[in-house]
Amino acid sequence: MDAILEILVNPAVQAILKIAVIVMGFVMLTGTVLTLMERKWMSAVQDRLGPNRANVGRFTGHGILHIAADGLKSIFKEDTIPEGADRVIFTIAPFFALFASIVIWAIIPFAAPIGGFTFQITDVDIGILLVLAVTSMGVYGAVLAGWCSNNKFAMLGATRATAQMLSYEIFLGLSLVGVFMVNGSVTVSTLVENQNTYWFDGLIPKWGVFTQPLAFVLFFTAMLAEMKRLPFDAPEGESEIIAGYFLEYSGMRWSTFMLAEYLAIVGTAGLTVTLFFGGYHIPWLFADGFHLFGWILELPVWLVALLQIGAFITKTIFFCWLVIILRWTIPRFRFDQIMELGWKKMLPLALANVMVTALVLLAIDHWQAG
Amino acid sequence: MEMQLIFFYVFAVLSVGGALSVLLFRSPVYCAMALVGTFGFLSAIFILLNSEFVAAIQLLIYAGAIMVLFLFVIMLLNLRTDKSPGLTWSLPKLLGVAVSIGILSQMIGVINSPAAKIGPKDIFSPQYLDEKGSVKVIGEILFTDYVLPFEIISVLLMVAVIGAVIIAKRHDTDSGGEG
Repeated sequence: MDAILEILVNPAVQAILKIAVIVMGFVMLTGTVLTLMERKWMSAVQDRLGPNRANVGRFTGHGILHIAADGLKSIFKEDTIPEGADRVIFTIAPFFALFASIVIWAIIPFAAPIGGFTFQITDVDIGILLVLAVTSMGVYGAVLAGWCSNNKFAMLGATRATAQMLSYEIFLGLSLVGVFMVNGSVTVSTLVENQNTYWFDGLIPKWGVFTQPLAFVLFFTAMLAEMKRLPFDAPEGESEIIAGYFLEYSGMRWSTFMLAEYLAIVGTAGLTVTLFFGGYHIPWLFADGFHLFGWILELPVWLVALLQIGAFITKTIFFCWLVIILRWTIPRFRFDQIMELGWKKMLPLALANVMVTALVLLAIDHWQAG
Repeated sequence: MEMQLIFFYVFAVLSVGGALSVLLFRSPVYCAMALVGTFGFLSAIFILLNSEFVAAIQLLIYAGAIMVLFLFVIMLLNLRTDKSPGLTWSLPKLLGVAVSIGILSQMIGVINSPAAKIGPKDIFSPQYLDEKGSVKVIGEILFTDYVLPFEIISVLLMVAVIGAVIIAKRHDTDSGGEG
């Protein structure tokens, strides 16, 4: 028993365990379930039942078995590589797409730290900058896949993906500058802890969405464009260029692109919650229980941690739902509209947000100094 | 400390290997991807040197933005594999080799000089960086001691952007576009 404890105290072992639990137990699982839930929610929007036929005997579980059926299908499907394609790059391109949406979970916390133990893989000093750095690598998946397929439609998709993702990366970074200014930090633990402070004697939590509402809108829009979800899915636009950059892929490699798309949704949702919706915080819940108007309900530490994990997961799933429901609400933008929205509307708004935030912070400083 | 040394050697070998493959690959896309890898491994070395901020910016700007543009240009120009025979020697190349050897010997001299042996101190010491965070330290220096160079660089970038816009617009009127 003591030997086991001694191993568990080792930070490297803890990190590996956390990676296993967070990535395999939460991110992968949610991503996989989302592939089914997207079709279910879509059919609810369109007044249909959605997939419900896969069965074991008489058990269908409202379509839950389709997840297994899809997995089996793509494993056994023939994996074709088109003639004239660059085989090496064709093989590795899907993993570039997967890389970013998994790595960002390294810094997202699931609950407040208890003693020396954090519910976060690592709390690096550069925090959100790491997210920006790895999301900027995500574009390679689309570009390489489109280029190496030796297909004109795929190439068109890759060209669109590059222009779109490079542009929206700029607005993504700029939209977050306001958040960094308000908090005076880019470290995730500080950003989340600051969202558990309150206005008006503990009445309204200072969630990012209240301190930086415009930043939230810009960030969420830029993230939608970064992960090429509708209304920004011009790089794959089925009705124009078939499937865009991953058109020549089949079998498990195609599934990797598909999974990458859903993991990106989970990642975006997790990041939005962490930055703008209090992270794991439940309003008025502190480390020792609820505090509201001097009324206190004390709770044990483990229950607070469980509540926080539950809150984080619930909020994340809500934003996954929002991203998916947006797809079935707003039609695809034309490519020139995407570029115009970015450079002519989002860029000035993001810059204005930075200016106004700076002025307000300066005014507050001045006022507090007397 | 042992662990750090192992990581350093792994990333050092990988980044030098990546840099060599940029020169040795024939296909331009492979060269570009090797350069992306080199930047990635270099940023790992920056992390080992306590400068997480530089590492993140290295990935964000070089690997994430500039190299994507390189790749984009390679694809648009549809550059194919270089079919020319291997190395041929000419006077410019020999001069290049001579200059490179000169710079290398200079750099070895600087690294071996006693001034370089003192190691990081004051605001660049690992303790101080750990305490304040590398982002904060760089931000403070940038906006106090180096604020003028910082502003001048941003004006320079602004000039470059306006210049690019003007060149693009002039092309528009020449070809009878809307202008």
